[in-house]
Formats: sequence, structure tokens, C-alpha cells
Amino acid sequence: MSDVLAGGRGRGRVGPSLSYAVVNTVVRFAPLLLLALGWEFLGLSGLVSRQMLPGLGEIFAAFSDMLFGGDLLYNTMRSVSRAAAGLGAAVAVGIAAGLLMASFRPVRLLINPVVQIFYPMPKSALIPVVMIWLGLGDSSKILLIFLGCLLPVVVGTYNGARGVNPFLLWSAASLGASRFDVLREVVLRGAMPDILNGCRTALAFSFILMVSSEFVIATDGVGFMISSLGDGGQYPAMFAAIFFVAGIGFAADRLYALLSRRLLRWREA
Amino acid sequence: MSVTHLAPSSRSRAHAASSISISDVSHTYGARTAGGMLALDGINLDIGDGEFHCLLGPSGCGKSTLLYLIGGFIPVQAGVISTSAGPVTAPGPDRSIVFQNFALFPWKTVKDNVLYGLKKAGIAGPEREQRAQRYIDMVHLTGFENAYPSQLSGGMQQRAAIARTLAVDPGILLMDEPFGALDAQTRRVMQEELRTIWRDSRKTVVFVTHDVQEAVFLADRISIMSARPGRIQHVIDVDLPKERGEEILENRDFIGLSEHIWRLVREQAVAATRGAH
Repeated sequence: MSDVLAGGRGRGRVGPSLSYAVVNTVVRFAPLLLLALGWEFLGLSGLVSRQMLPGLGEIFAAFSDMLFGGDLLYNTMRSVSRAAAGLGAAVAVGIAAGLLMASFRPVRLLINPVVQIFYPMPKSALIPVVMIWLGLGDSSKILLIFLGCLLPVVVGTYNGARGVNPFLLWSAASLGASRFDVLREVVLRGAMPDILNGCRTALAFSFILMVSSEFVIATDGVGFMISSLGDGGQYPAMFAAIFFVAGIGFAADRLYALLSRRLLRWREA
Repeated sequence: MSVTHLAPSSRSRAHAASSISISDVSHTYGARTAGGMLALDGINLDIGDGEFHCLLGPSGCGKSTLLYLIGGFIPVQAGVISTSAGPVTAPGPDRSIVFQNFALFPWKTVKDNVLYGLKKAGIAGPEREQRAQRYIDMVHLTGFENAYPSQLSGGMQQRAAIARTLAVDPGILLMDEPFGALDAQTRRVMQEELRTIWRDSRKTVVFVTHDVQEAVFLADRISIMSARPGRIQHVIDVDLPKERGEEILENRDFIGLSEHIWRLVREQAVAATRGAH
């Protein structure tokens, strides 16, 4: 499991002391602090206009205005619910498709070329297409997110399922498992590490597509908010919205990593 | 080790021990392509009810293929394999298997691995728990019920795999070089334990190995196979006492028979090497 921006798995296994944890946290977030200092320095030095890099204090003030003024949370909810719908559907359909591809040759022959061709395509290229198909409402964005998130899940599931030790399948069968039992209890379970990795990629894609689709086709949502604040010249508020959505994405990723570590406890044992 | 309670109880849905009849079985890998490889050629073999039978031969002789055919894991192409329950067409818990690399479910604890087959057999409640515990105790893994396979040594993993297989009480126990991945010491202990388990549970065992001494120590009868295509060259009765412990290794009959079989196997191995040139 690749771990972005955090300690590798196995951290905390021996219960580090509190001071160790504090030092560790400081070291881990020190680069962010340096980035903030650099930001402030660039703004104050006059090398870059204050409009392009507003002071962090201004950004924070704009943030609390938006937070308590209400429309930041509302727009975030709108965006996240679209992302969740698209991602959820992609995970369900993607796992089923990947398992079927791995288990049945005709399905594999049918789906594999489609996956190969569409995998490298930037899914944001579909924004005009889904707009023509489904208009400006929620459904077009949900479809886009679904399409964008689908292939990483399919590919992860397929690779994982193909990689399951075949002797495990035979063992299960010789212990009395039916073909369906084997698929559900052995192939799906054995493929879980790769499925979870695929879903993590899909999670990141869902955030990218959520924001970028709202730039183009939306009347609400965080992406819409960022672009309209930018258009209106409200740069501190725009940056506040950008940082906020980055924070939500980060939190979602950490939460996801935590969840998958629980599901894969047997690997760390 | 206490194994007296191992005789299958009447209510435990035991699969009755069974004979195996193999007639005219041939098998070709890649049969659908031009360069198919004949792995087994005209195998005829009858294994008796409750017999411990070893398939012995050099690597590439098709002994594992024959075992997988008996298990129903790969389809029979030519000939017939049948047990007391009828012709073999698919895997089933009447012919459960232990593999060389254990094949425990890595995401399940020892106990959950052992419980898996019992759940499939529809055994419920306290009986299921007791039976799992009985087999875990039998293979000396008491205290490791909640360990994951990755936390166990190779020998312990293989014990767990044996417990999982025995728990479904198969009439026929298939073993595919089960001790091949273990160190010599552990292998010796496991061989003795397997002998005891077999004697007390009265199962039919088909055991694949390339280790002559292991075959002689364990088996009632040994089939010596030739390499490419795999054929049964000799079937040898092992006329040694039923009770076999460490001391049998110094028994003159044991040594004599091992040497005799070793020469027969060597002939096959040498022939195979020449054939390759």
C-alpha cells in the first residue's frame, strides 16, 4: 500500500512514546510550515502581487466568513454528495465487473479491450459529453465521476482477483465451497488489497472530477464557488475554498487509509 | 499426543473411507494446441479402502497431476477415476487436500481456517466449535487459535492446514508433498504424527512425494512413476510393522526396501535425463 504524506504501514506497531509522537508530528508537518512561511515571505517582499498571493491572515478571515456565512458548507455538501454517489456506484459496479472479468473468459474478452482503450483517456475530456447527455443537473456530474472512478476499481479488482493463489481456490472447493462461495469468500477476499488500492485512486479521481466538472457545468458546489470567487476577484476567499477542499480530500484519504488498514490487519500480523 | 477420540463420531457427517479406482487415465497439458505435453499415459491403479498410498517419482513425472485429477481440480480427459461415491467430476469434501505450500486463507485466523469447511458442511453451534478445537488440539496448535498464518512457522502452518482438512472428515485425504517445504527435523515429526493420525482415523490417503525414505516410512503401498510421460512402473508393497517410530529407520527391512526402491527411482530419473538429450 502506498501511503501519501504519512508514515508507512507498521507505524505505531510498538506504541511509540508521547514525546516521540510529538517530534514525529512536528517533523512530518514541518514542510507545510516552511511552505506557509515562503508564501508569506513572497507576498510581503513585493515580488508577487498581493492579489495573486493574499496573506494567510486574510485567507483565514475569508474562510471564517464563508464558514459561518453558510455557503461554504452548503456548497461542500453539494459537491461531496455528488462525489460520493459517483464513487459509490463506481466501486460497486467496478468490483463486480473486475470479478466477472477475472472469472469468466467471455466477459474478459468483451471488457478488456474497452478498459485498455479508455484507461489512459483523461476523464475530464468527457465533461462536454455528459453535459450534452444529461444537461446541467447533478446527474451529469455524477455520471462523470462514476466513469472516471470506474476503471481504477475494475483494473484493481481484476488484477487482484487474477493474482489470488489458485491453491486457495482449490482448497476452498475441496472443503465444500460452491463456485459462488469461492468467488465471494476467496477471490474477493484475496483480491482485497488490490481492490482497496484501486478504490483509493478512484477516491482521488472523484475529488479531481468533482471540482473540475463544477468549473464548467454547475450552479453550486465547491468548484463552482472557487471559479466564481476567482471571476469576482475575491482572491482570499477563493484560496480559502481551495485550501478547504484540499483539506477535505486529505481527510478523506486518511480516513480511507485507516479503514483499509483495519480491513488488511491480517497482512501486518 | 492424545488421538483416541479421533474415530469419526456417528453424528459428525463423516465421509466414509473409500477406495479409489483409476483406469486408463491419460492427461495432456495444452491438448488443444499442437505442442501438447503428455503428462500421464495410461494410468491404472486401485487404491484400497483405508490404504496409505504413496505416489513416488522424479519431478515432472505427473504425480501431482494424478493427485489433482483424483481431487477433481482438473477435468479427466481420458479414462475414468471413481471412488466409492462414484466417478470424480468436481472437487468435494469427501476428497480433501493438503498442499505443499499450505494454502491457508491468509486473512483468516487458525481457528477460522479450521471452521471454514465445517461451516460449509452445515455443522452449527457448539459442535462446530468443539470439533474445530479438537483438531487444533490434535495438531498441537492449542493457544494459536487466533494467530494469522503469517505469524506461524512453516511447520505450524502445515499443521493448521492438516487440521483444516481433517476437520471436514474426508474419506480420502490427498497430500501433495505436504512436508516438502519443511526442515528435516520438522518433517520427521510431522511424518510420525501423520502416521498416527492415519492409523487412528482409518482414512484412505494418497500422498505425493519424491522422497524415498518418506514414502517407505509412511506407505502401505508405493507406486513408482516414470517421467514424461508419467506411467506407473512398479507398485510395491511395504511389508513393515504398522507401528512405525523413529526406530524403524534402523530396521534392516526398512533400509533394504528403501535401497531397492531408490534404485528403481534412480533408473527412472536417469532415463528421464537421457530422454531430455
